[in-house]
Amino acid sequence: MSDRHAGAVMEKTLEFPDVTDFADPLLVVKDLHTSFRTGRGTVHAVDGVSLSVNRGTTLGVVGESGSGKTVLARSIMGLLPSRDVIRSGSVQFTGHEMTTLAPAQLRQVWGAQMSMIFQDPMTALNPVVRIGHQITDSLRLHLDMDRKEANTTAVELLRSVGIPSPEERIRWYPFQLSGGMRQRVMIAIALACAPRLVLADEPTTGLDVSVQAQILDLLQAMQRERHMAVILVTHDLGVVAKRADEIAVMYAGRIVERAPTRTLFAHTRMPYTRALMNSIPRLADPSGTRLLAIGGRPPDLIHPPQGCRFAPRCPYVQDKCRELEPPLRTAASSDHVFACWFPLVDGAPGVPTDVGTAPVPELDPETPPS
Amino acid sequence: MLKYLLKRVAQLVVISFIISVLVFLLVHLLPGDPTTIILGVNATAANRQNLLHQLGLNLPLYHQYWIWIGNVFHGNLGQSYLTHETVGHIITTGFPIDVELIIISQVVAFAVAIPLALVTARRPNRPLDNVSTTGTFGLLALPPFLLAPIFVAVFAVGLHWFPATGYVPFTQNPATNLHDMILPGLALTAGSIAVYYRLLRSDLIMTLQEDFITMARSKGLSNRRIMWRQAFRPSTFSLLAVAGVNIGSLLAGTFIVEYLFAMDGLGFSIVAAVQQRDYLVVQGITLVVALAYVVLQFIIDFLFTVVDPRVTRE
Amino acid sequence: MAAEHEVHPPGLGTALAGTFPGQTPPIAVAAALGAPDPADDILAKRPLGPLFWFAVAWVALVAICAILANLLPLQSPNFQNYTAINTGPSIHHLLGTDDLGRDLLSRIIFGSRVSLVVGFASVGIGLLVGGTLGLISGFKGGGFDIAFNAASFVILAFPGIVAVIAIVAFWGQTLSKITVILGVGTIPIMFRVVRASTLSFANRDFVMAARTLGATSRRIIFREILPNVVPAAVSFGLITVAGVIVLEGSLAFLGLSVALPTPSWGNLIAEGTSNGLLQINPLVMMWPAIAMFLLLLSINLIGDRLRQRFDIREGLL
Repeated sequence: MSDRHAGAVMEKTLEFPDVTDFADPLLVVKDLHTSFRTGRGTVHAVDGVSLSVNRGTTLGVVGESGSGKTVLARSIMGLLPSRDVIRSGSVQFTGHEMTTLAPAQLRQVWGAQMSMIFQDPMTALNPVVRIGHQITDSLRLHLDMDRKEANTTAVELLRSVGIPSPEERIRWYPFQLSGGMRQRVMIAIALACAPRLVLADEPTTGLDVSVQAQILDLLQAMQRERHMAVILVTHDLGVVAKRADEIAVMYAGRIVERAPTRTLFAHTRMPYTRALMNSIPRLADPSGTRLLAIGGRPPDLIHPPQGCRFAPRCPYVQDKCRELEPPLRTAASSDHVFACWFPLVDGAPGVPTDVGTAPVPELDPETPPS
Repeated sequence: MLKYLLKRVAQLVVISFIISVLVFLLVHLLPGDPTTIILGVNATAANRQNLLHQLGLNLPLYHQYWIWIGNVFHGNLGQSYLTHETVGHIITTGFPIDVELIIISQVVAFAVAIPLALVTARRPNRPLDNVSTTGTFGLLALPPFLLAPIFVAVFAVGLHWFPATGYVPFTQNPATNLHDMILPGLALTAGSIAVYYRLLRSDLIMTLQEDFITMARSKGLSNRRIMWRQAFRPSTFSLLAVAGVNIGSLLAGTFIVEYLFAMDGLGFSIVAAVQQRDYLVVQGITLVVALAYVVLQFIIDFLFTVVDPRVTRE
Repeated sequence: MAAEHEVHPPGLGTALAGTFPGQTPPIAVAAALGAPDPADDILAKRPLGPLFWFAVAWVALVAICAILANLLPLQSPNFQNYTAINTGPSIHHLLGTDDLGRDLLSRIIFGSRVSLVVGFASVGIGLLVGGTLGLISGFKGGGFDIAFNAASFVILAFPGIVAVIAIVAFWGQTLSKITVILGVGTIPIMFRVVRASTLSFANRDFVMAARTLGATSRRIIFREILPNVVPAAVSFGLITVAGVIVLEGSLAFLGLSVALPTPSWGNLIAEGTSNGLLQINPLVMMWPAIAMFLLLLSINLIGDRLRQRFDIREGLL
């Protein structure tokens, strides 16, 4: 019973060429804006984000709650409410422009080519539908399997995500499982049709620390096996430290720094990124070390402040920061961008250099990537 | 599961017992007795005493109750003092009429409310939704005793499409039976439609805001499928619960409808029996009706355990 | 973020119990109407709307006419004028006459008294007795509460229509008796509503705070809990008024309300459908039916708007 045949008007069936060219990015997002109209004004949740993801790589998107990272993930997918939402910009996925696809075409992409792992498995799984069914419905929809085939595949999927006795558990309901198990089921569902891109929205929030590691390992293993691209959205820099190839730091709806992981940690430019790193407690720290939190609160997304959005909370703020918004500039290596007037140099905290308009030897004030 | 069932059955028994006592007391503690009706207003005191003795009505109350309950357990509900028709017979001829009326009204109510709610829940506050919501107020203001006469005036007397009275048993002639039942059945429907629609719509809107619906969308499932398989399912529980209560209350409406349409149902019989102080008829019918309602609730509880996986598996 | 899906399977005579004979039970109606509309934007203050004011106007009109009935320039409702049988609307008889020459407008206005008195007075009784019991029961808890709660369950499991029919038929058909009977009938329902509402407030922190300040139970009940319970009780009370009016109408239709020739909307409608009047003069039935419809509609609308204003939660029940 495939829904593809249900429509009266046949929309163009999308083609997804087998992308073997690793150099071509799988996903290219350009200047994406997403705003919500509410009773109190328009909330600019995502305010001009550009990024790209290559096949088989992991991009970590890190930010506090309210930074817009979840909205970004949903906006990339197109999984937004239909009313009171304004979206502009471009999202190119394997050559298709996602923002202009018709709903029926989007449904061809969702689940089959691009899928999402949700944050809270208790609320994201339908409590009155058996787990097996929640996996097989997308198998039968996208891969045209019959019931028997779908069930066998579902059992194998559950096994591959580490759920014991999957033949039995396939008939279980979500509430019968533990939190970690449910998240594994979510992963199984997201990966069922072997999508090329998986967006994982805070997949480990709410889980025990030990279980967190297991889940992330699992995700990583699956990714390698299937050569998937993953966008890992989280508020925890520690989570992406070891598992992402590239990290993008978001603040107030914008990307404020983006670099390959090693570069980000070695040559942090943006004070906010540095602050995030400092707030991760380390086992090596002597006991009794104070936890560093970032003072202040995230800005109002309805009326964002003039100038740099992080200025009210930045320990190195200068007058220029409050007046002018810093553009995204490229650092020494072309794959590292940041947005700061007085970036940190050589990773050493507290030694800002006024870059002004004159070019500084190791920094190229090029125009931001379009 | 078994423990749950046994517990419910025990409750059923206790409540049935209490109801039987209440029924009995209700009838016997009120002033008046059948003798005046049977013998006429001019009966002498002596004759009345004789009759009372004959009917066993001057025994102490608990004794009468005991006899009655004993008979009930043997399947003997007594007979009418006036017509001598057995209560059992009255019930077996009248009950199916009421049941059929209720079934027809509920089927129609669900058939209207469910699709309408499925459509409007997806687009709340749009024209169709606003019209429907306002419409429910109108429906709630049309109880059977208003709607039935209007139907008769318009469709029976005015247009002659349906008869104003009469009843033909289903077993005798299904087509005529259903045809004649349409007006009375529909007269019962208005309130049910309103309640089921509002409830389902409200439930659906809330369900649609849940994460698992977004998740289902992210799998590429079509809106229609999501509505039907994912969103509607949890809502069926509250519908079930309300249906149980609603049906229980339809009783009075059913009585009025059969009265107006001159069908020989339980309502008809009980009104007459009350006026004639026909104790055994009143007791018998009331007992059966009360038990039927209690059993219905019990069945709905049971259906809940079957349909909702969360109930017994915790 | 999202709460666990709490499932409360109905027990016998469940939280939704309310076998209100004669129409869809108030609790189900309240569940339908009383539930906050999830599509409403809670932040937006919705204006009461023109419909609301029409409803208020109609109820006011009916009430005023009922109160001032004797002062209005109307023919007596029982006066039979054989020269004017079944006339249509005219200057002398604004709504026409029935088959006994009685002025329909007059009969309707006098008949409204029955509906209004029975409706509001009986709910008044219910609120007074049932509401007080509910307040105490919900607040105190313990054996008292268990007993009364169980009792209300059993009472509501009984087919009320039969009880009402029996009692009315046996005891007598006067306005006051009927009011009392129906009033007593609303007690279990009001008890449950007020009790549920009280329970939801009694455990809240501000009550605890009042206690720690040394407030007596009585003071807490009156100062803290009662003001919070009143909106729910009023809204529900209105819905019950509609229910009682319907019930009385149904009884009247069966000939079990105030005895003819005293008019009541129910028996006017019954009269209008008997003796072939529907064919000859359908207006006899139509006018009171319309009046009753508008009254019920108005009461439900008012109850709903009030509920919206005070945002009464259905979960209370």
